Amino acid sequence: MSIDLTQFQQTFFEESLEGLDDMEANLLQLEVGAVDNEQINSIFRAAHSIKGGSATFGFEQIAGFTHVLETLLDEMREGKRDVTSDSVDVLLQSVDILRSMINAIQHESTYDEERAAVIQSRLEIMLQDGMSPATVIPATHGVADVSHAGLGWNISFTPHASMMQTGNDTVRILRELEEFGELNTVVDTNNIPDFDDYIPENSYLSWQLELRTDANKSTIDDVFAWVEDECELTITPIVDIDTIGAVSSPQSESEPATNTDIKPSLTVAQTRESKAKSTKTTETASIRVGIDKVDALINMVGELVITQSMLNQFAEREEVTAAQIEQLKNGLGQLERNTRELQESVMSIRMLPISFIFSRFPRMVHDLSSKLGKQIELIMTGEGTELDKTVMEKIGDPLVHLVRNAIDHGVESPEERAEKGKSAVGKVNLNAYHQGGNIVIEIIDDGAGLDKNRLLNKAREKGLVREDDILSEEQIYQLIFTPGFSTAEIVSDVSGRGVGMDVVNKNIISLGGSIDIESKLEIGTTFRVRLPLTLAILDGQTVKVGDEVYIIPLVSIRESIQIKQDMVRQVGGDMEVFKLRDEYLPIIRLHQVFEIERAVEEFENGLLVVVEGSGRRVGLFVDELLGQQQVVIKSLDTNFKKMAGISGATILGDGSVAIIIDIPGMVNLASIQNRDVKRAIA
Amino acid sequence: MTDVAHQNTETNNSVHDLVMGAGENQFLTFVLEQEEYAVDILRVQEIRGWESVTRIPNTPEYIRGVLNLRGAIVPIVDLRMRFNMKSIEYGVTTVIVVLKVMKEDGSGSRTMGIVVDGVSEVYSVPESEIKEAPDFGTKVRTEFIKGLATIDDKMVIIIDIDKMLNSDELAVVDSVSESTGQIKE
Repeated sequence: MSIDLTQFQQTFFEESLEGLDDMEANLLQLEVGAVDNEQINSIFRAAHSIKGGSATFGFEQIAGFTHVLETLLDEMREGKRDVTSDSVDVLLQSVDILRSMINAIQHESTYDEERAAVIQSRLEIMLQDGMSPATVIPATHGVADVSHAGLGWNISFTPHASMMQTGNDTVRILRELEEFGELNTVVDTNNIPDFDDYIPENSYLSWQLELRTDANKSTIDDVFAWVEDECELTITPIVDIDTIGAVSSPQSESEPATNTDIKPSLTVAQTRESKAKSTKTTETASIRVGIDKVDALINMVGELVITQSMLNQFAEREEVTAAQIEQLKNGLGQLERNTRELQESVMSIRMLPISFIFSRFPRMVHDLSSKLGKQIELIMTGEGTELDKTVMEKIGDPLVHLVRNAIDHGVESPEERAEKGKSAVGKVNLNAYHQGGNIVIEIIDDGAGLDKNRLLNKAREKGLVREDDILSEEQIYQLIFTPGFSTAEIVSDVSGRGVGMDVVNKNIISLGGSIDIESKLEIGTTFRVRLPLTLAILDGQTVKVGDEVYIIPLVSIRESIQIKQDMVRQVGGDMEVFKLRDEYLPIIRLHQVFEIERAVEEFENGLLVVVEGSGRRVGLFVDELLGQQQVVIKSLDTNFKKMAGISGATILGDGSVAIIIDIPGMVNLASIQNRDVKRAIA
Repeated sequence: MTDVAHQNTETNNSVHDLVMGAGENQFLTFVLEQEEYAVDILRVQEIRGWESVTRIPNTPEYIRGVLNLRGAIVPIVDLRMRFNMKSIEYGVTTVIVVLKVMKEDGSGSRTMGIVVDGVSEVYSVPESEIKEAPDFGTKVRTEFIKGLATIDDKMVIIIDIDKMLNSDELAVVDSVSESTGQIKE
């Protein structure tokens, strides 16, 4: 019987990556407090299941790597080895390596094999340093055994009688060993009982094996990984009289170990790579959903079926009385409620807790603070706040950037903090919570704060703001999102090159969100990111232009006004602007952009919808406003293609399709002309 | 609309019983300006009567707009306009043939509709009967033509819908709206 294992691979990848996240989180906590056995246990468990899974799927290099890791963790678990910051560091790096190995297999790309080999040998060296005599290697051979790959290995292998019953096959093991080099086997048949007592399912043989190979011990160990507990096994190196001197001298021990270790793991990785190329796996995204959500869905569908059968009764009746009409109305009301609830719970399936993003920050802060020589305490609240998976994927990078910025630019060095009378440890808060239909994510630091005057001077220096412009506090802070603007005095590899913040802003806006800044000098800065919970539904304003109906996202609309022709001025030929309070706004006639016939031409008969996108405002001229409604966004590019100025389409109540206008796209359309306008007016 | 669809399944069945054999492909034919064109029947998802569509701004005239097909937004192409034939008023036989089009890069399929004067027949045509098209003499660009077949002394033009509906303006490739940058580390 053969099972196609590839169908389970995706699950393995997901579970392994989750396991690695757990390992990482636990490792980071290990460092902070005293060693908690439960934590080491859960790290060990994660490593163990990755090892098991990867061996099942034939990802040898992962299995080999985790095996070493697991051995180390096992010793920690049993208290044979102390947890030092050094070992935590190596373990953290191992997590990185494993993650990149899994990603490499998943996406059929490559990973840093050299680094993997280095880390693996570091793990092995660490293992042999603290090697206790209790392990399988006889103490007399000492350090030389562990990973020195010399002539080969003497293996004494005595399976327990029951080994074959667990599905392990000695022939397979021997074949596998044979692949490493020349194998001499001596079988001991003394234990075979008389025929009457013979049980065919039992194993009675034992072997003395001499394997001439340059493979290291962990490779050999791997072969026996599944039968460890079901056999007597000793593995000792073959010792030649000539080499004894060299091997037993302690100085030469670590270096050859490192070199020889790299070789076998490299070859394994290479064969793996060629294998990956030949078998193309298609990757499908999946979500793990809580069972309670699925149960709720099933309940609701049940309700829906009941409502439907109730409504069906009316279809069968010939005549309907007034009372029954009342009943029918009730039924329809119930149907509406059911559908809305169903919609909400289907949406909630796509919702994931924000801890998916937050969980990467402790590690990042740990790495960054040691790199920058700052002491930072990271406090996170609201990790359970849920948001849409698509939004989650897109907000990760911008948040990383903001946190990085808070640490690099916000929090001062310990000395500086001491001078200011602050505690040496800087605080960075990450909060997430729901507010209205939005999720709000705050990044708060207690650092130096933004210096308004410095920002303004810098902006004037760069010509981003004119000398006589007067800006509000909020406007000054928003300057940091301007491309090419950086106030960092020293450009580090962490931040300060002036790229990034503008992209952060752009990404957040493209998600339909916004970002506010609050700051007090010497007290700290707060970045507040506001995002819609989902990208699938939007509050829209339906507008009419000619015979067509369009939808403008409600969030973009500032106000709608009726203007008169004499409020409008022509600039540079065909560009129309009008003065709204103290600001000149360009006018976009929607019917012109979209080439719609039979639309209203005179400003008096139509309406001007003032919209804001990409930080700029324009007036969209439409015939009339129809109404507000929630619309489900359908993409145009599944069957067609992306269009400038259009973000998608939706289906209206009557079944017809309406186009959703992409406001930032529309504003950009006008922005080039806009710049000319400003110059003309000034 | 249901009438047309129903009719089609009927002819489909009878023809299927009569002429289906091994090594043959079935084609649905439709009429454009008195000429008969054929598409692979396995690509046809459904046939609908003409109904008004939502125009998409700034697209060529032959893209009539988009239609709500049970929740999916499907673009509709007027084949007469696509082939530079003169437009006619849509009548009772005017139908939308909804087709599955394979993307050129092999990354899946998309659904599109074509407006034609009317659907005609379902034929089984042996592979060997399909002849290469001459590179002139038809109103349709030769690259869209898979071949010609003669059925009952009539010439039928077999259209390569993947090529036709992936070309030029309809192509999925687009760079305009890919403007959001990546965060630099």
